[in-house]
Amino acid sequence: MGYTGGFWVTLKQIFQERITSEYPDEKRPKPLRHHGRHVLNRYEDGMEKCIGCELCAGVCPARCIYVRGADNPPEAPVSPGERWGFIYEINYLRCIHCDLCVEACPTEAITESKLFEFSFTNRADAIYTRDELLVGDDGRPRKLAWEDWREGEDEHTSAWMRATSPSGSAAYEGRVSWSGELGYGVRPPEAGQSDDPDLAPPKDVEAKAGPVQGRSDTAPGERASDHDPDGPRAAGGGEGAVSR
Amino acid sequence: MTGDPLFADGFDWVVLAILVAKAVIGFTIVVVGVIFMIWFERKVVADMQNRIGPNRAGRWGLGQTLADGIKLIFKEDLKPDRADKPVFRLAPYLSVVPAFLTFTIVPIGGVFTGGNDGGVELFGRRTWMQVADPPVGVLFLLAMSSIAVYGIMLAGWSSGSKYPLLGSVRATAQMVSYEAALGLSVVAVVLLSGSLSTHDIVAAQAGSIFDWNVIATAAVPFVVFCVAATAELNRPPFDLVEAEQELVGGFHTEYSSIRFGMFYLAEFMNTITMSAIIVTLFLGGPAGPVLFGPPLIWGTLWFTLKLLVFLFIFVWLRATLPRYRYDQLMDLGWKRLIPLSLGWLLVIGAISIGRDAGWNRPLTLVGAFSLGVISWAALIGAMRVAKLRRGGDEFGELSTATERVG
Repeated sequence: MGYTGGFWVTLKQIFQERITSEYPDEKRPKPLRHHGRHVLNRYEDGMEKCIGCELCAGVCPARCIYVRGADNPPEAPVSPGERWGFIYEINYLRCIHCDLCVEACPTEAITESKLFEFSFTNRADAIYTRDELLVGDDGRPRKLAWEDWREGEDEHTSAWMRATSPSGSAAYEGRVSWSGELGYGVRPPEAGQSDDPDLAPPKDVEAKAGPVQGRSDTAPGERASDHDPDGPRAAGGGEGAVSR
Repeated sequence: MTGDPLFADGFDWVVLAILVAKAVIGFTIVVVGVIFMIWFERKVVADMQNRIGPNRAGRWGLGQTLADGIKLIFKEDLKPDRADKPVFRLAPYLSVVPAFLTFTIVPIGGVFTGGNDGGVELFGRRTWMQVADPPVGVLFLLAMSSIAVYGIMLAGWSSGSKYPLLGSVRATAQMVSYEAALGLSVVAVVLLSGSLSTHDIVAAQAGSIFDWNVIATAAVPFVVFCVAATAELNRPPFDLVEAEQELVGGFHTEYSSIRFGMFYLAEFMNTITMSAIIVTLFLGGPAGPVLFGPPLIWGTLWFTLKLLVFLFIFVWLRATLPRYRYDQLMDLGWKRLIPLSLGWLLVIGAISIGRDAGWNRPLTLVGAFSLGVISWAALIGAMRVAKLRRGGDEFGELSTATERVG
């Protein structure tokens, strides 16, 4: 077509469907693994998953996380481990939502929700503290006054999302390798994961992985490093980071 | 040849009132046209790029231009420290005023068929449906587009800044170059119509579609005029004057507030005006079939329709074509359009003289065309020789330069 072909190309577009979404009026569903505001998860018995190990703060490339750990008070422990994070702060003026803290966390304590529409009018408000990040008693993120939560954004905020991530090794498809959580219990593997028998994990792995409920007594990292022949990444983000 | 019949019976206050009314109506048409043109351009370009385009202000975003205008009026008017202040203030007006004045010579309606001369009755006076019909007509168009060069050139010069200066230098060279091609293709039309007056040019095309100058001049001057007009308007693909990627904003980089708005206004006004001129000179202006009802309305309707087609084409060009390189632009203007329109003018001149003098028509045609081909070949040969003398090859000066360096 030479010189005139381009004119047809542009003219054709007039009759094609518009793919623009008019953002504030109409919001598209977010990707399942969207990186949004963080949440701090709790076990089914209400105990906090955070053990104050500061790995998230250490790995954070933006240096936006500040954690202080302390020994659990014996009479009223906050987390099932030895220590708990008594200060947990994320500065959202610095956070780049890279999700490395989620990868680093050995206990699946910190994960990201799908909320990105939150704004603040001063610097102090940009720093989310433990009280604001911690999930409520129903296991869902707390909805703060200045945050614009939409339907479905507070679901799938836990480590389950990471563990069933399709980036994992095929050998661990369909295997439950995440801990239980407040309000949901232990979630089953994500629908649609492969049920191809060739891809199923080795029998012994499955057997030893066994019951995962009430995992508060064992660190998840142990299990992954014990049974993972191809490299620890496969079992799920949180575990992999520790065993490495 | 007679001029506007409004002045036939002397000049009194009714004539004055009609003149003022026509000027006001013409101005309103252009300004409202610009408002819709900007909206139209943004919408159509958005459509061609799979976007939605403005849709916030008013229904379908129709109020977007007004909103932008109001915003521009209330913005701070910055003047650079090193600007030549009086010239800096003058330049936008030199851009806007010619843009509007050109529109005054465009007949936007009237009945020219069946013995009518295109006049309308207004307060008992006959007048033509154009603000003014100067006897110099088309020359006025060329004069105005020359003055518009000053607007852009002075804007760039007086800004006291390098990007505007570069933009205005480009603009001056570009607009002066293409004005030659523009003028030469207009001469072909003038030659056929026998008059410079736009009214007479339209009247000469009033018969059938074969009287339209686009066909009567065998399309070449029409094509040349359209290309040259696009360059004259500084619209893509000839928008080197304000090439954003190279020159920030070009000549209006340092302008802000309503002064920038005036350049913007002038640009779109020029687009409308140039489309109207193309319709007037080549496509019979208001000429077109009367289907039913009063013929007067149909004239304006056809004119508007033709105008819209050209506006759409200008937008289409913008959405489709990449920008010319500067040497390509000059090459197209000087080596192609000007020789082509000049040669075509000579052919048309020969044919029309032959017709008047009763020469053998096929012989005239063949003779004129073979002369044209010979001179075209001579031109090509001369350019070849010139290039060889410079030591260039088919890639021209660029490779020569590198060879010399090496």
